[in-house]
Amino acid sequence: MAVHRELFYRRLHSLLGVVPIGLYLVTHLVVNHFAVYGEEEFNRAAGFMGNLPFLILLEIFVIYLPILFHAVLGVYIALTANYNLKNYGFFRNWMFALQRITGIVTLIFIVWHVWETRVQKALGVVEVNYSLMESILSSPFMFWFYVVGVISTVFHFSNGLWGFMVTWGITQSPKSQKITTYGVVVVFLVLSYIGVRSLIAFAYGV
Amino acid sequence: MAEQKTVTFIITRQDGPDSAPYEETFEVPYRKNMNVISGLMEIRKNPVNAKGEKTTPVQWDMNCLEEVCGACSMVINGVPRQSCAALVDELETPVRLAPMSTFPVVRDLIIDRERMFDALKQVKAWIPIDGTHDLGPGPRMPEKKRQWAYELSKCMSCGVCLESCPNVNDKSNFIGPAALSQARLFNAHPTGEMNKSERLDGLMQEGGISGCGNAQNCVQVCPKGIPLTTSIAAMNRATNIQAFKNFFGSDNAH
Repeated sequence: MAVHRELFYRRLHSLLGVVPIGLYLVTHLVVNHFAVYGEEEFNRAAGFMGNLPFLILLEIFVIYLPILFHAVLGVYIALTANYNLKNYGFFRNWMFALQRITGIVTLIFIVWHVWETRVQKALGVVEVNYSLMESILSSPFMFWFYVVGVISTVFHFSNGLWGFMVTWGITQSPKSQKITTYGVVVVFLVLSYIGVRSLIAFAYGV
Repeated sequence: MAEQKTVTFIITRQDGPDSAPYEETFEVPYRKNMNVISGLMEIRKNPVNAKGEKTTPVQWDMNCLEEVCGACSMVINGVPRQSCAALVDELETPVRLAPMSTFPVVRDLIIDRERMFDALKQVKAWIPIDGTHDLGPGPRMPEKKRQWAYELSKCMSCGVCLESCPNVNDKSNFIGPAALSQARLFNAHPTGEMNKSERLDGLMQEGGISGCGNAQNCVQVCPKGIPLTTSIAAMNRATNIQAFKNFFGSDNAH
């Protein structure tokens, strides 16, 4: 059998979006939520994550490389579509377009977010802790930038889960695809709440 | 005698494959129950545009005139569909006609659907039964399955699903929903099943099933109501299993 490179890359793209990137996203948002219980609680949880053994290897293989691959192929996918919402305003066509738009927004957000936190820490400029996030998010512009970034990321993940189920042939019938749509709406709402709630805690201390 | 009622057609025309498209308006005498094709026939009879200038008759493609051949597909008021089944009484006026933009234009409303036939070749959408001797009767098919397969077999390669698909365009090599569903049809056939892996291989090649982005416009616009997105998800599963078999499985992953 011939080598099916395109199929392999597209399937890998779909898989990486959920495992490990999706799992990492959920972990990240849940850990952030410690901010709601106070500065000490957050610093303890973030400190645990930041002091995991083999941290740099975990970061490279579980976070950086998968996201890099997903982002490069994702931008290509977004640029090769011919958006036609004007003539075909169906729900799934909107989701198709939003998946690609939120992908680009999320990429911009992640690049900025990594630069501001992880890269600055590596350069020895800052410490990654509660007060860093407090100082970033106390600016109203950055607060809203983060709100848009977090919601965009969570949307991309939730709708991506729906696509994952189809791409891997799990949901085939229209009925199963419809019920999965309801399921990912719940995922979207729950993760959005957790994410935005933490941002409010950092910014306003409540 | 009362003044003759007319219908306005605004048609996107193109003189040849490489010339620039332009719009031309026609006033066509109204007849009860007329369809878009009978309007085009009126223009052919009397090729004079709305300004009263003599022009060339508008060219279009047609064959069966009962929505089973797929030849007369065009974009009517922004929606790709068969012009034989488009009744003027049910359309908003002026009626806007344009060739389907996904395909190369030959002239006016005639497009070249060759890419659809190439796609069918890629997924081997047929059952090879030719032999030099009598191969005997094939395996029987359950009636219930036949009825289900009949729905998939209604595909007439009309191109409407490709026209509505955001991923079928000149930036991508995606072959489109129609051929993906046809691979499923022939893989479900008891004789066709014997060549299942060859069709899956076609789906797994470049431009195959991985080009689908799940926008699901195809299933909304298909004039035959074919469950295209169910076919695509089913073929996603089948190609994944085939890929695993090819990589991890035995040396005989047919």
